[in-house]
Amino acid sequence: MKLSEIREILQCEVLAGEEDLQVEVHQVVASDGMSEILAFAKSKELMITGLTNIQSIRTADIAGVSAVLYCRGKRPDKKVIEFAKQKRIPVLITQMVMFDICGILYNKGLKGVS
Amino acid sequence: MAAELLRESFEIQGRNYDKAGEVSGEIKVILRDLGIEAASLRRLVIVAFEAEMNVVMYARRGTLTLILTEEDVNLEVRDEGPGIPDIELAFKEGYSTASDEMRELGFGFGMGLPNMKKNSDELKVESEVGKGTLVVAKIRLNSNA
Repeated sequence: MKLSEIREILQCEVLAGEEDLQVEVHQVVASDGMSEILAFAKSKELMITGLTNIQSIRTADIAGVSAVLYCRGKRPDKKVIEFAKQKRIPVLITQMVMFDICGILYNKGLKGVS
Repeated sequence: MAAELLRESFEIQGRNYDKAGEVSGEIKVILRDLGIEAASLRRLVIVAFEAEMNVVMYARRGTLTLILTEEDVNLEVRDEGPGIPDIELAFKEGYSTASDEMRELGFGFGMGLPNMKKNSDELKVESEVGKGTLVVAKIRLNSNA
């Protein structure tokens, strides 16, 4: 599924990487624990988290995910967004909560990593 | 033993959460630019990042030394900090001594050392309570490609 489709489905705002929304993701890793993300991400997933500090983008970079989606309307600081742009990691935010996001994306065919 | 191609040390400041992870990000760029293949690169930056976060969260300061040879990448992380009283217990998934502050950062869920072990070909942890900890990790190149 393209990031642009995910943006439509989850009514996201794009904070970084507007030019990279044609990127395809097939798997999702979702957690507020950064070590969990590092343990399960295999690379090129969509990372969903409620943690909006700089560590979330550092983790995304280290784990090699394709994009970061922040849930429940949490908005990262400007410097976090700038850092994501620098690392070329698209950042989306949605008002939806983690459970709903995961349910919707699962129904659309995306799978988790394990 | 294979000849060293690169040896570089990086300082890590304890409790500096803003900069936490910066060294690992830098290492990723250095090694990617040297053409290290993606699978090994990914494993070693995960080890470096977890080790760096542990130094930032627990120690006063630390040094991460990166040693690249033709065969492998070695990470040596030495810190001045509280040390680990029971290393075996610290390796248990889910075991954590993290503070609320650390958990709010998204760390301290008892996955750090297990993640480091999983992503290393060899991992050695030595620690002296009240003095500090030494972590030595080896990641063989192309071993998991």
